This record gives sequence, C-alpha cells and structure tokens, in this order.
Amino acid sequence: MMRSRLHVPRPPARPGEKPDFSYVALSPAGAAARPDPNAPLNDTEFLSRDLVRVLDDKHRAVGPWDPHLAAADLELGLRHMLLTRVFDDRMHRAQRQGKITFYIKSTGEEAVSVAANMAMRPTDMLFPSYRNQGLQIARGRNIVDLMCQLLSNTRDMCKGRQLPVMYHSVEGNMFSISGNLATQFPQAVGWAMASAIKGEDHIAATWLGDGSTAEADFHYALLFAQIYKAPVILNVVNNQWAISTFQTFAGGEGRSFASRGPGYGMPGIRVDGNDFLAVYAVTQWAAERARMGAGPTLIEHVTYRAAPHSTSDDPSRYRPKDDYEHWPLGDPIDRLKSHLIALGEWSDEREQTLLKQCEDQVNQAWREAVTYGTLTDGPQLDPETMFQDVFKEQTPSLARQRMQLAQEIKERQLKERA
Amino acid sequence: MSQMNMIQALNSAMDVMMARDPGVVLMGEDVGYFGGVFRATEGLQRKYGEHRVLDSPIAEGGIVATAIGMSLNGLRPVAEIQFADYIYPAYDQIVSELARIRYRSGGDFCAPVTIRTPCGGGIRGGQTHSQSPEAIFAHVSGLKVVMPSNPYDAKGLLIAAIEEDDPVIFLEPKRLYNGPFDGDPNKPAVGWNSHPRGEVPEGHYRVDLGVADIVRPGAQLTIITYGTMVHVCMAAAEKAGVDAEVIDLRSFVPLDIETIVNSVKKTGRCIVAHEATRFGGFGGEILSTIQEECFWHLEAPILRVAGWDTPYPHAFEWEYFPGQARVIAAIKATMEAS
Repeated sequence: MMRSRLHVPRPPARPGEKPDFSYVALSPAGAAARPDPNAPLNDTEFLSRDLVRVLDDKHRAVGPWDPHLAAADLELGLRHMLLTRVFDDRMHRAQRQGKITFYIKSTGEEAVSVAANMAMRPTDMLFPSYRNQGLQIARGRNIVDLMCQLLSNTRDMCKGRQLPVMYHSVEGNMFSISGNLATQFPQAVGWAMASAIKGEDHIAATWLGDGSTAEADFHYALLFAQIYKAPVILNVVNNQWAISTFQTFAGGEGRSFASRGPGYGMPGIRVDGNDFLAVYAVTQWAAERARMGAGPTLIEHVTYRAAPHSTSDDPSRYRPKDDYEHWPLGDPIDRLKSHLIALGEWSDEREQTLLKQCEDQVNQAWREAVTYGTLTDGPQLDPETMFQDVFKEQTPSLARQRMQLAQEIKERQLKERA
Repeated sequence: MSQMNMIQALNSAMDVMMARDPGVVLMGEDVGYFGGVFRATEGLQRKYGEHRVLDSPIAEGGIVATAIGMSLNGLRPVAEIQFADYIYPAYDQIVSELARIRYRSGGDFCAPVTIRTPCGGGIRGGQTHSQSPEAIFAHVSGLKVVMPSNPYDAKGLLIAAIEEDDPVIFLEPKRLYNGPFDGDPNKPAVGWNSHPRGEVPEGHYRVDLGVADIVRPGAQLTIITYGTMVHVCMAAAEKAGVDAEVIDLRSFVPLDIETIVNSVKKTGRCIVAHEATRFGGFGGEILSTIQEECFWHLEAPILRVAGWDTPYPHAFEWEYFPGQARVIAAIKATMEAS
C-alpha cells in the first residue's frame, strides 16, 4: 500500500562524516551565455539553473561574462577583500578577548559584497544584511567608525543601541542593519519604487541569506519588485548554512534559490559567489537592467560560510570540521590573487606588503577606536541619551523617565562614593 | 466650511496634503482606481495619478515594508490597511522596523509613514472586521497612535499625522464613518450633517497629536474614552443625569496626561470606557496613571467599561459591545461609592 512519508531534509555530511558537495551543480567557467539585460524572461531563465563563472581552473577570465576590468580595479577589489578579512579576524579576536560582546565574520564571502559594490554607483542605496561588512569597507567607510559601533562607545553611530555589526551610514547610502532577518528586502524594494516615482536613476540593492528566504518578507519583496518593476537588485547569499540549519530547510533542495526569480516573473541568476569577476559581472548586468527601467533581478550567490554563524556559534557540532576545505568553489581572495598573478600583475611579495598594510591599518584604527571608550573602560556614553530618538521630539512621559533615571544614577554614585 | 462625514474628511485631508507635498503617496488594497472599500481615497488616483495612489497586492507586510522603504527615500507614504484586523502580517515591520528606525540609527534615519486603518465594531463584522488593537500599538515604543471620533478631528489629526516625521498608527472607528453612533442599534442612523463636528474646513488645518479634547465639561465625574465610545458615553451621561465630564483622548501616544489628571482631581470620580477587550486594554494604562497622579483626590474606585475578554462575536454584537447600559451601570456604581 502506498502512503505518504514525511521528507525531512538533511545535509550531506554531519560531524565525523566525509564532506560531500556533490549536490552543488557546477557549470564550467565561461559556459553560461550572457543575454541582453533587457531580454525576455524566457531567454534568461537558464541563468537560474546554470552557474555563471568567469575564472577558470587556470585562473584566466573566460567567456561572455568577463567584465574586462583593469588591473588597478582588480587590485582594488583584492585590497577591499583582504582588508575585510583582516578586519574580521581582528574583531573576532577582540570578542574573544572580551573587548566586544559579539561579532559576525564574513570569511569566504568577501567577494559577494566587495564585487557587488564595485559594480554599482556610490549614489545607489544599499540595504545590507549582517554579514556584508565588505560593503562597508568597499564603500570606504572609516574602519574606526565601524569599530566604534562594535564597541558601543562614545563615537558609536548607533549611540549604544544596537548589537555589534548593525552599522549604517547616511553619507555612504547604507541603511541601518536590523538584526531581524529579511526585513530589509521589501524595504529596499520600496526605496527603489520611490526612486522610480521621483524619476531618478538611483537603484537599490539588498542582501539576505539562504535561510532568510523562508521569511514572508523575501516573497513580499519579489512580488512588489516585479509588480512595479522596481529598480532593485535582490541578492540571496547562499552560504549553505543558517546557523545549524542547512539550506534545504529553506527550500534549496531540487530548485535553486535563483529560480524563485522566474517564478515571480523576473530573471534569477545563479552565480559563483567566490568568483570576484562573476559577481561583478552579474551585478553590473542587473544594475544596467534596473537603470533602464526593465525591473528587478534576483541573484543567488553560491558560496560557503567558512566562519561560524557568529561568535556564539560552534559549527563543529553540526557539520564536518574540514567541510570548507572541500568546498568546490575555493576561496574568493585566493582566486582573485591567482588571477592577478596569471595576468602578471601580482606577486607573493606584493601580497605580503598589502597584507601588512591592512594589518597596520586595522591595528592603528583599533588603537584609536578604544580611546573613544569600550563597554568597560574609558569615556562612556551618557545613559540619558537612551531617551533620545525614540521620537523626533522627546515626549513629556519620556522626559519624566529620563529625570527618574538621572536620579537613580545620582543616588548610585553617592552610594559608591560613601 | 462644509459638512462632511468622516470618510469625506479623511479624503479631504489626503487631498490637501497631496496637493501641498509631492512626496505624499497613498498605497493599499483597493485604494487606487476603486477608491478604497470605504471610499476614503475616492477620486485621488484620478487627480494625482497612479504613481501617487498605488493599488497594492494583498500583502499587508509588503505594503508596510515598501512604505518604509519609500519613506527612507524622501517620500511620505500613507498606507491603508483595509481593516485593523488585517494588520498583523505587518506587525513585524511595524514593531521591529518602523518604530525603531530612528532609534536604532542614532537619529540618522527616520520613517515618516502614516498607517490608516479602520477599527472597531458595531457593523456586524464578526471577529475579523471589528477589532480595536490600539493597546497593541500603544505598547510599542517609537509609534504614535491616534483615533479620532468625528470628521473635524479626523481631518486635522490625519494632516498632523502625515506631517509628523515619526510613524503614526491612525485608527479610524469605522462605525463613525457615516454618522455619530450612541450605541443603540435600534435607533435610525443619523448622519454627520447635523453635528457641529461635521463642519469641516476645506483647506489645511491641524489637530495636534497628544492633545485630548473635553467634549462635555462636568463636575461630578470624569469619563475618559475615545472613538465610537465617545458618543456612547455622551448619551449615557445624559441619560444617567450626572454632571459628567467626558474626555475624548484622541491620542494614545503621546498621551495628554495633564488633561486627564486635572479633570479627575476636579471630579474625584472616574470611569474609563473602550470597545477593546478589557484585560490588558488601554484603559489599564489610564487607570494606573490616575492612581499614581490623583490617588488622594479619588472618592471612589475607578471603573472600566470595555468589550468582554472574548473575540468579537458575530451573532452577539450588541451583547458584546459596551453600550449605554454598561456605561450607565458603571456611572451609577461610581457615583454611589462613598
């Protein structure tokens, strides 16, 4: 007798088992065609199944998606990615030393942010997720400012109100990172709709993880973006893991996340997220499409979360310890570096110099940042600032509570002195 | 001045603001070509174009989220949620995003979004078309929450809400759209045309948020209420023959504590009336405030008149609704307490 059986997805390998990435569908570099950004949906649908790749195994840029970047731009991309990684490592260490409460690394996913930002204009609005620090770095945010946010100190842009890594920048056109998942996705669509309503040619871009595509906000975003042909780039960073939840629990089994795009009527592109040139190329394609009024694009960046989810996570409890070593798409920094070397534009010596520069920059920034205070030492934010910015003007009841807190603090200080 | 019902007054507020500010855009289910299921946006798409009065998909979370995004890009969206009962899919965007954007960004970003939504019962709407969720939103720091009880206030408050740089939840007691309602469903319906608050200026004016209105001055008892219950309480006070002062709160956040406290200090007796369920209702907040500020002036326990702690039942609308009889019973109990 036939009867239904519940299918509970599981990852290909758990701790102690042999890593297995046979489920990742790969295309050879250069194999995927590059349709016109304004092509009809049917002519782009294959992009949601194939994998757009530019860098081949010999580190050459091949095929129609090669963006033909100048060596100086490639070097800049490498510098941003390396600085992001050095920054991540230093801040992770700062958390382990108890200097900051929490941190999230983006190791292995640097190209997803850095290349995308370089393919857009500085006036385009970004709605990042919490693992997009490469956007902040590539947009030239002062890393002292980022550190001050992590430290919740007197120069913290969030005035001590947000968990570390929830940056924002008005001047840099980067929206405030929420901490709740996927909420930024439909907001980016609304921002882009407003751009079209005002007749401007600024576009928006936003990022979320494979796990967060399960949230309703992801689907609202695709629906609204396609209905109104909003000039927006919707990025799914498929790094395979949402804390311990494998991407199959967000519906990644059997169908790519990119294929949600054609489901809603927009192109979906599956791209090698560890291939700097490929990420640059598809973002450029989507940006051109958005700016010409052809509408949104969904991009799935196939990558791997080499780091723990956060400093509160231990991935060895749910996946093989050596999983990342077997990841078939390699490391984005190594791959761009090898490409530059193949072009004769780079050497191990220059690499070492650049690495040293990044480390010096980060260390010097850290020394400056802590002079503005840490959670435990140095100058401190005035707790009364917590009553600011609830509303534009403080309401009478908030003003009363502020006075009550001031009294509490005064009494505590008197007691401490006594 | 012209006579308007509440729908016309709301329509006029949006019309005035759209004419003054090209950044004001409307969005919501059925609001565009059709003009809204309650007709609040009638004619506005024809007048201002389909880019400024957007028909939206049936996705409240998406409506609020995209309104937030638009507000971050310099627009001033007014989103209609067709019934307050449908607002919950947008709850995360309202609570975790809309209310928090100014705060979490250290004042660098703000989201001037107005969310209009019809609320309250008395229209045979059953449990999915009758709810009064004001307490749910008033509890969330970072939201301003208001509810008018007549056409004049509706227009002035909506204009003030749209001009706010903070998000506003604008609750519209739908039973009052076409006329004041004193809680007696058996009486013939009356319109706003003979009511002084149905007289509405054609142009721009504001009713500021955070200012309560003493709609009936009195010396013996304070009745604090809002929305449809303003009219029920007025009729009940009349019938009970007490010299009651009736306060229409109009605004939950910010709350006009001064007007409440002054009145209760004067009368020494107070009841609080709302349609929403009693447990955890906004009345509890009012009672606590009065207890803290006016305890030594009180001559009787403060009583609450509210909807029962059940979902709003379709077949027993008038047994659920806190009508005049329930208000009068509370008035008597308060007046008789020594």
